[in-house]
Amino acid sequence: MENFEFHGPSTLDQALAAMGAAEDGKFMAGGQSLLPVMKLELAAPSDVISLAGIEALRGIEADGTTVTIGSAVTHAEVHESEAVRQAIPALADMAGGIGDPQVRNRGTIGGAVAHADPAADYPAALVGLGATVVTDRREISAEDFFQGMFDTPLEDDEIITAVRFPVPERAAYAKFANQASGYAIAGVMVASGDAGIRVAVTGAGSCVFRVTAMEEALAADFSAAALQGIAVDSGDLISEPDASAEYRAHLVSVMARRAVEACG
Amino acid sequence: MANEGIGAAVRRKEDARFLTGRANYTDDINRPGQLYMVLVRSPEAHAELVRIDTAAAEAADGVVAVFTGADLEADGVGGIPCAWAVDHEDGTPMAEPVHPVLAQGRVRHVGDPVVAVIAETKAQARAAAGLVDVEYQPVPAIADVAGAVESDAPQIWDEAPGNICFKFGIGDAEAVDAAFDGAAHVVTLDLVNNRLIPNAIEPRAAIGEFEPTSGEYTLYTTSQNPHVIRLLMGAFVLHIPEHKLRVIAPDVGGAFGSKIFHYAEEALVTWASGKLALPVKWTAERSESFMSDAHGRDHVTHAELALDDEGMFLALRTKTLANLGAYISTFGPAVPTYMHAVLFAGCYTTPVIRAVVHGVFTNTVPVDAYRGAGRPEATFMLERLVDIAARKLGMSRVEIRRKNFIKDFPYQTPVALEYDSGDYGGTLDVALELGSWNDFETRREEARARGKFRGIGLSTFIEACGAAPSALAGQLGARAGLFEVGQVRVHPTGSVTVFTGSHSHGQGHETAFAQIVCEALGMSVDQVDVVHGDTGRVPFGMGTYGSRSLAVGGSAIQKALEKIIAKGKKIAAHMMEASEGDVEFADGQFTVVGTDKSTTFGEVALTAYVPHDYPEGLEPGLDETAFYDPVNFTYPAGAHIAEVEIDPETGVVELVALSAADDVGRIINPMIVEGQMHGGMAQGVGQALLEACRYDDDGQLLTGSYMNYTMPRATNFPFFATGHNITHCTHNPLGVKGVGEVGAIGVPAAVINAVVDALAHLGVEHVDMPATPEKVWRIIQDATA
Ligand SMILES: Cc1cc2nc3c(=O)[nH]c(=O)nc-3n(C[C@H](O)[C@H](O)[C@H](O)COP(=O)(O)OP(=O)(O)OC[C@H]3O[C@@H](n4cnc5c(N)ncnc54)[C@H](O)[C@@H]3O)c2cc1C
Repeated sequence: MENFEFHGPSTLDQALAAMGAAEDGKFMAGGQSLLPVMKLELAAPSDVISLAGIEALRGIEADGTTVTIGSAVTHAEVHESEAVRQAIPALADMAGGIGDPQVRNRGTIGGAVAHADPAADYPAALVGLGATVVTDRREISAEDFFQGMFDTPLEDDEIITAVRFPVPERAAYAKFANQASGYAIAGVMVASGDAGIRVAVTGAGSCVFRVTAMEEALAADFSAAALQGIAVDSGDLISEPDASAEYRAHLVSVMARRAVEACG
Repeated sequence: MANEGIGAAVRRKEDARFLTGRANYTDDINRPGQLYMVLVRSPEAHAELVRIDTAAAEAADGVVAVFTGADLEADGVGGIPCAWAVDHEDGTPMAEPVHPVLAQGRVRHVGDPVVAVIAETKAQARAAAGLVDVEYQPVPAIADVAGAVESDAPQIWDEAPGNICFKFGIGDAEAVDAAFDGAAHVVTLDLVNNRLIPNAIEPRAAIGEFEPTSGEYTLYTTSQNPHVIRLLMGAFVLHIPEHKLRVIAPDVGGAFGSKIFHYAEEALVTWASGKLALPVKWTAERSESFMSDAHGRDHVTHAELALDDEGMFLALRTKTLANLGAYISTFGPAVPTYMHAVLFAGCYTTPVIRAVVHGVFTNTVPVDAYRGAGRPEATFMLERLVDIAARKLGMSRVEIRRKNFIKDFPYQTPVALEYDSGDYGGTLDVALELGSWNDFETRREEARARGKFRGIGLSTFIEACGAAPSALAGQLGARAGLFEVGQVRVHPTGSVTVFTGSHSHGQGHETAFAQIVCEALGMSVDQVDVVHGDTGRVPFGMGTYGSRSLAVGGSAIQKALEKIIAKGKKIAAHMMEASEGDVEFADGQFTVVGTDKSTTFGEVALTAYVPHDYPEGLEPGLDETAFYDPVNFTYPAGAHIAEVEIDPETGVVELVALSAADDVGRIINPMIVEGQMHGGMAQGVGQALLEACRYDDDGQLLTGSYMNYTMPRATNFPFFATGHNITHCTHNPLGVKGVGEVGAIGVPAAVINAVVDALAHLGVEHVDMPATPEKVWRIIQDATA
């Protein structure tokens, strides 16, 4: 790892100022994705600006129709939050299935969303639930936000401040994890609510995607049986030694069905 | 005083320091003026070294020296030696290409060290390593052992045509062929024994230090056998005489075999410390461990078993290709041959056996001993074959095993080994009970009702541990003896320091060995310290591997204790004015038979060091050393049972129960034995279900981190059930056999036998390890298509 300047701002303005002054700065939230990348020397920022001490990025608010989670809230906090569990149990469950306890105690929703790892769980949650990414300067719908592998519309100096989720009528997340890394090989969020019926898949492709055929089938009949025979095209999926595209396509169907069953 | 002798579950003395972060690992040691070494390693699997430009690195901040293979060659540094040569069956010697400390002219695997950069700080060394410019001219590479023996395969060594290191054979081929010709049944199996990466929690590290005034070198290293490293590195690589070289292996955080071998980094830091007259430290990063620690297993085997109508085994015939990697590691050739093929009788009376093993070079990290070393491979082959035979003959898997068990001991196998003791049927009974074998079918049906395929699997096996009788090992190609040394130093006030040539890196020797002393001398473990891992303090030793520490190292201590007691009797006889023959020793007391005269061990110890009134002609002091050379291997044996449940939709195999009954010989500390069994069982599950080291066709390591190499985690395991059926070893003074490897040896076969059992209704006969979800899902898809 290369040397860098470390900054610990306590307000958004300070963070933005530090970024403005830096030659090649990077924000850091939990460091669970950034630090591994820096250790491998795939990134070598001149300045690391921690967002962990910014009070405005913390906290969870729920008002019956939406749940708003500050970007610096950890996966463990989301998992344990009574407000989240009441409003969107699928989200609390999903957060509890990320990585391991150490990762969940450090890693944050903002970091996970900004990093946009194609095998991360949050992208399926955001797209499946129809969430909105709130930054220091604008709001972006989840579907516009995740543009590809590690690819988002965020500016280099833009800070995600919160993620806002509409409360669905019902939702569930089913994940098939890579045995080594714990990341999703196929993670499917199924939800129905004001955003319609959505089936969002992470891990299987190079970016989170929705499965329209499944959504239409569920709109007609919200049951596991309705998904019978509907599969995604393996040609669009990732192939790795541990999990071929064909296997991933199969798992998407299985996980989608299990998520529907879990919706009750 | 609580009994802390043999058989007591004494808590491990060493754990206080391990659990409170106060252990002293090699990387915790920092020497004054210490420099740091970082290695430039080959990113290519196979390439000519066209040019190495070190100028920019040499000019970088803090850099003290940059060394290449040419510098070592110019200084007469030798190659890394092999400690166990295996001849071709026709008696000609194996191909033994030089294994240079830094690559010479060519690199042969990803991770092959090319340049050593030494700087004042680690960060400087790392930065400078990035400035070294190496031009590689890639040539075709081969990583796959079966591919390496094909006629058009890339050649790795001029001296090893066809990439063959040796063609080993054992057993009477003609007798075996004849038995097959007349057999009622023959079952065959082609299998792969998956390649594993050891992954000790402590990465390797080494510090070399040269003391110019005395001309003495000290090497601190993460080793299982510091004396062996002193011998190999001193005599063959750096030409430093033993009295000028001290090797210290302090606390070592796990090894599993991977820290037996002499590695390039040890020689580099030692040599460089002499050149620079400053200590030089190297600590592996985790990604370096993946590509530089010797890997394990990696066999491809064709096996055939001949049976008669009643299910008696008539003959076994096998051919194995064993991947040795790009270079011969310290014990690389011995593992697939003398640790593997000679085990093929297992616990069965198979009268004739023929095994052929070809050692093969590939463009991969060298392969050597990894927990079990050869014996898990032997057990997996045999136990899979036995299961297939049982199904073919319509016999129960228990019955076919029982029928073929060896029942009379000693038993001479057709593949060199002679077993001294055992009770395989009794051990199997314990396992069947632990694993609730007999009422399994109801569990299978219950699972089927939930849509799951449930299976149960058994493996019954022997090990050969306690290596080794030196004369026999020598005949088989070992280039060193395999005895062990124990020294018992009784201090004037009666406490004891034991010096052992064994090395503890998790096994609990500091407690178990102290218990042997407690048993013999009647004291408590806190009166006994065990010193290991330092050639400057321990007279000699061959180290810890192959479940040998207790059987060989413990026996040496026992022999030394016998000498202590014999001398103590002489002193006590004089003190009590009795004749030596009338003095008995028990429970820490010397007594004159038939009288009430007695004296304590402590008084005798004091007299030995304050010999004012002392037997004439007897030396003062109470300090005895014994070298113990075993007369045979020991033969632990076990029966392991695994139960799995398969989700047919995803192919996920869940291990729902794992039971192990073992005959590990006499038990010194049942708690440590259980811990050793659990650890080995966990690694066995790792091999069976999770771990796979993979290279691509170009020799790139695909599984170079925990993102893609699956280490077992606690959540992968059910609670383990363990039990025993003990018979004593008949030829060592403690009656012990060994427990370090049992789990890793017996469990993989039991787990895969359970997986196959779960899928047997689909006609599945075999599943290669690891039984990962997609593999199992495809097998189910193919079988139901
Ligand atoms: C062993 C391990 C296992 C894991 N398993 C999983 C898993 O199963 N599922 C899963 O989904 N994830 C997994 N992760 C990733 C984990 O969830 C990370 O926490 C997450 O991806 C990043 O969050 P972070 O807070 O650590 O972000 P950081 O690592 O601090 O930052 C990641 C990136 O986001 C940027 N960033 C951070 N916060 C903001 C912000 N507020 N605004 C703008 N940019 C920002 C940073 O600049 C950086 O580029 C795992 C990680 C590890 C180490």
